[in-house]
Amino acid sequence: MDGMHDLGGKQGFGPVRYTHNATAFHERWEVLVNSLYGNAVRHGVFNMDEYRHAIERMDPRHYVTASYYERSLTSLASLCVEKGLVSREELERRAQGAFPLAMPSAPGRGNAPTRQQFAIGDRVRVRDESVPGHMRMPGYVRGKAGVVVGISPAYPFPDAHAHGIHSDDEPTYDVRFRSEDLWPGSADPALVHVGLFESYLEPAGQSA
Amino acid sequence: MPDDRVVKRTAPVEARVEAIQGALAERGLADAAAIEDLAHKAQEEWIPRNGARVVARAWADPAFKARLLANGRDAVAELGLAMPAHHRHLVVLENTPKVQNVICCTLCSCTAFTIIGLPPDWYKDLAYRSRVVRESRTVLREMGLDLAPDVEVRVWDTTADTRYMVLPEQPAHTRGWSEEQLAAIVTRDSMIGVARVQGT
Repeated sequence: MDGMHDLGGKQGFGPVRYTHNATAFHERWEVLVNSLYGNAVRHGVFNMDEYRHAIERMDPRHYVTASYYERSLTSLASLCVEKGLVSREELERRAQGAFPLAMPSAPGRGNAPTRQQFAIGDRVRVRDESVPGHMRMPGYVRGKAGVVVGISPAYPFPDAHAHGIHSDDEPTYDVRFRSEDLWPGSADPALVHVGLFESYLEPAGQSA
Repeated sequence: MPDDRVVKRTAPVEARVEAIQGALAERGLADAAAIEDLAHKAQEEWIPRNGARVVARAWADPAFKARLLANGRDAVAELGLAMPAHHRHLVVLENTPKVQNVICCTLCSCTAFTIIGLPPDWYKDLAYRSRVVRESRTVLREMGLDLAPDVEVRVWDTTADTRYMVLPEQPAHTRGWSEEQLAAIVTRDSMIGVARVQGT
């Protein structure tokens, strides 16, 4: 889905609020949320792709104002409600107030039937596709061409795995793009590498 | 029409955490020992010191460095460092005087967290995620890393399950130091690629 989470290349944000060697946690509840969701994954309540997708399904207005661990909390609670472990009413009774949850999920999809393997050095193009469900292709590479520089072992296909759909595992390819191709005339020169599942890619012609 | 929906004020985040914790505990899914174990791992075990040891070994031992660049996951295991089962691949990116690698996750927060530590706020914040892929050199300069014009910037967006870490350049004056001394000067930010190792 083209959600608020897909931030790469969005403009208008100010300087990074950077402090040297900042800590990962600031409050006790943040550590607790991190442990609670990790434990739920260990117990098989949901997988990491479902977890990521539930964050992406947050109301965009909530997403941009929530801290990182509030997003974790919202995903954890939303999945527990969606899987019937607990009702929203129980959570709101316990919390004594409203408990904002993620928006409902849209359908996922299986592997691309026409996907093919690539080798290091191959020129590839990111398929010009949009889906309503989970996907790990950042919008800024959609339709863009690059070169394969790395190949991973096979992983669960997120577009299916986040939706309980059976699919084959796929390798991902580290694809090298030129920032000038991604944002012509409007980017600092750099090589930008994105990890892309096989189903997201098609062969590119010789000319970029 | 009567409307029985009551507009409730959103509960404070701490109250919402307690609510889900209570609900999970009642269903046997928030065992205190398991939660404590994960909290300990997140705060005491998944720390940048792990990656610093890897970097120090790579600087001190060229054969190890070659293994690390060829297969990161196997090489860090030599130092007793584990990665989660779903991180099947660790790619180590070597910085040189002419190449600056920097990692990010534009979609969320993915990192090799068992090796370089859980990511800091700014790594997960909207500004870094939106800008570092498009305005890399500008962002690095704002963060205090001013690169010469002939340095090539390579950004790595952690959008899949491959994990990355940056092997920073060793400061020239630290050649011959012990691995322990070297590990002490390696920062998490240098393994993300937004800072150099100073080593004063």
